[in-house]
Amino acid sequence: MAYEKFEILKSTAVPLPVENVDTDQIIPARFLKATERVGFGDNLFRDWRYNPDNTPKADFVLNNPVYKGKILVGGKNFGSGSSREHAVWAVYDYGFRCVVSSFFADIFRGNCLNIGVLPVQVSAEFLDKIFKAIEANPETEIEVNLPNQTITLLESGDQESFEINSYKKENMLNGYDDIDYLTKMKAEIQDFAEARPF
Amino acid sequence: MSTTLFDKVWDSHVILKINDGPDVLFIDRHLIHEVTSPVAFLGLKSRNNTVLYPNRTFATADHNTPTINQHLPVEDPLSANQLKALAENAAEWGITHWGLGHQKNGIVHVVGPENGITLPGATIVCGDSHTSTHGAFGAVAFGIGTSEVEMVLSSQCIMQPKPKKMRINVNGKLGFGVTPKDVALFLISKLSASGATGYFVEYAGDVFKNMSMEGRMTVCNLSIEMGARGGIIAPDEKTFNYVEGRLFTPKGAAWDKAMDYWKTLKSDEDAVFDEEINFLASDIEPMITYGTNPGMGTGISDYIPKAESVEGGVASYRKSLEYMGFHEGDKMIGKKVDFVFLGSCTNGRIEDFRAFASIVKGRKKADNITAWLVPGSHDVEAKIKEEGLLDIITAAGFELREPGCSACLAMNDDKVPAGKVAVSTSNRNFEGRQGPGSRTMLASPLVAAATAVTGVLTDPRTLLINS
Repeated sequence: MAYEKFEILKSTAVPLPVENVDTDQIIPARFLKATERVGFGDNLFRDWRYNPDNTPKADFVLNNPVYKGKILVGGKNFGSGSSREHAVWAVYDYGFRCVVSSFFADIFRGNCLNIGVLPVQVSAEFLDKIFKAIEANPETEIEVNLPNQTITLLESGDQESFEINSYKKENMLNGYDDIDYLTKMKAEIQDFAEARPF
Repeated sequence: MSTTLFDKVWDSHVILKINDGPDVLFIDRHLIHEVTSPVAFLGLKSRNNTVLYPNRTFATADHNTPTINQHLPVEDPLSANQLKALAENAAEWGITHWGLGHQKNGIVHVVGPENGITLPGATIVCGDSHTSTHGAFGAVAFGIGTSEVEMVLSSQCIMQPKPKKMRINVNGKLGFGVTPKDVALFLISKLSASGATGYFVEYAGDVFKNMSMEGRMTVCNLSIEMGARGGIIAPDEKTFNYVEGRLFTPKGAAWDKAMDYWKTLKSDEDAVFDEEINFLASDIEPMITYGTNPGMGTGISDYIPKAESVEGGVASYRKSLEYMGFHEGDKMIGKKVDFVFLGSCTNGRIEDFRAFASIVKGRKKADNITAWLVPGSHDVEAKIKEEGLLDIITAAGFELREPGCSACLAMNDDKVPAGKVAVSTSNRNFEGRQGPGSRTMLASPLVAAATAVTGVLTDPRTLLINS
């Protein structure tokens, strides 16, 4: 599924300063029963966001109108656990285009890149700066610049660069995905398959 | 030569290395289930692609299936719909499908090895993070997302940067009552839930050499819980004996040829790892987790650590204990337990049921415990009956359910109610993992059995000595 191109994103951000946010929190298993990719945003962080009677939990950040934007900022080891891509679908469907953390779980990071959500890994110090800046002013704007591979707190000018390999960067800038690439390699793949022992 | 086992298997499957990008990796065997595949098939259709090699993909229903009355229609319409989608997609593309009620049905990571889908030296993927299980056979196996499931269906390849390599050596002899699950929970508690992120882990040393295939599967299964992409153990005679003669195992001349290759699958003596860590078997005791990630584990006779003594944020640590209803400094043994779950891709194999039966034999289930005993597959279920284990557990007041993932992720009705505490042989103690508000302590089948007969968290060694 092709996705929106990503170049420069300027937005306020939603802070979630919790470590080890696993994909069971991002989207609990009981919401994985759909056979189509629709409506997952409604259940993003379901059990942190709603009480058992489906009333919103007032103290959860997504229920606080002060915090909004297309950037989600999470604590260390974000997206650990289950490989469910539904977690990133929920993040995307809710309206986020970028997730910032000081450390991402491997599968979650890969899933993000595959559907057009940019995972931006920053140092622990810079992550702390972001949390503090948002705490001081929830209207703080952050610029994520993919061509330059930088993330900037626009108010203070604090900036850090982030890594992304040039293949994935090109994909994100153009809205391409791996399947587009592999489809063009079919003959080569078939030759390889012929020679496999099992 | 100075290559690792992981390098040998990975490199031999690389079709193309992209400069400053991922490797294009050929996938020998692809496992699918009902939860993470439907959207992949939709994507395939929307691009007018076809399944390139249907004989390299295998489907089983497990995540979302009931564990009682499997002969009746599935009541939950959404679950039924996913099962139907899997059956229809498999039929449409000519993919082997073991649906609910099929004699070969079971948890994807249990039926793969049982049927020779899992082979040494193979690349194996599945839209499930516990695909790392198959590394027990010397395969490079790891979990993928749904976009990648579509990729594999349409091209038999995925695009992945090659992970770094770590070796974990555990030498010496395991103590009495210490199982493969305890070894894994011990390693995760030492490395943390993210300590191996970015790595593929080879397990080496006496402990893994002496371990059964079932035990190796348990250890490799839990690799993801320390963040590793996968785990791998060099295949040996035990591996070859296990694999030989199974449904999809090569036969005749193909077997001989495969064996010649498989015997080369080990890390060279001078192989260099990005990280190498050593532990002693004698430092490991039966383990229990007390928090909301698998890294929050301790020896069962220990106390919950103080926030200041653990790595990471104090706030996240306290939030986790608060969720569990536990406190820093609490003693673990004697904690009140409501539910016991034996099963999952981690501990749903025959050896796990033998261990459980060894403790409950001649004893009775505690009245306050609700126990769910769920075999990993119909094959496991059949062995439980054949070996007389069913009689033992039935006499002790337990019931055996039908195969599936069950309470490990509680997508079906096997849910631990809010606020209740479960001792579970599964793989994740995340908040709400076993049902909204549920509290999970991860443990071995021996700890689960000891707890099930006493009603409180119990060190199995006390019961093993007594018997």
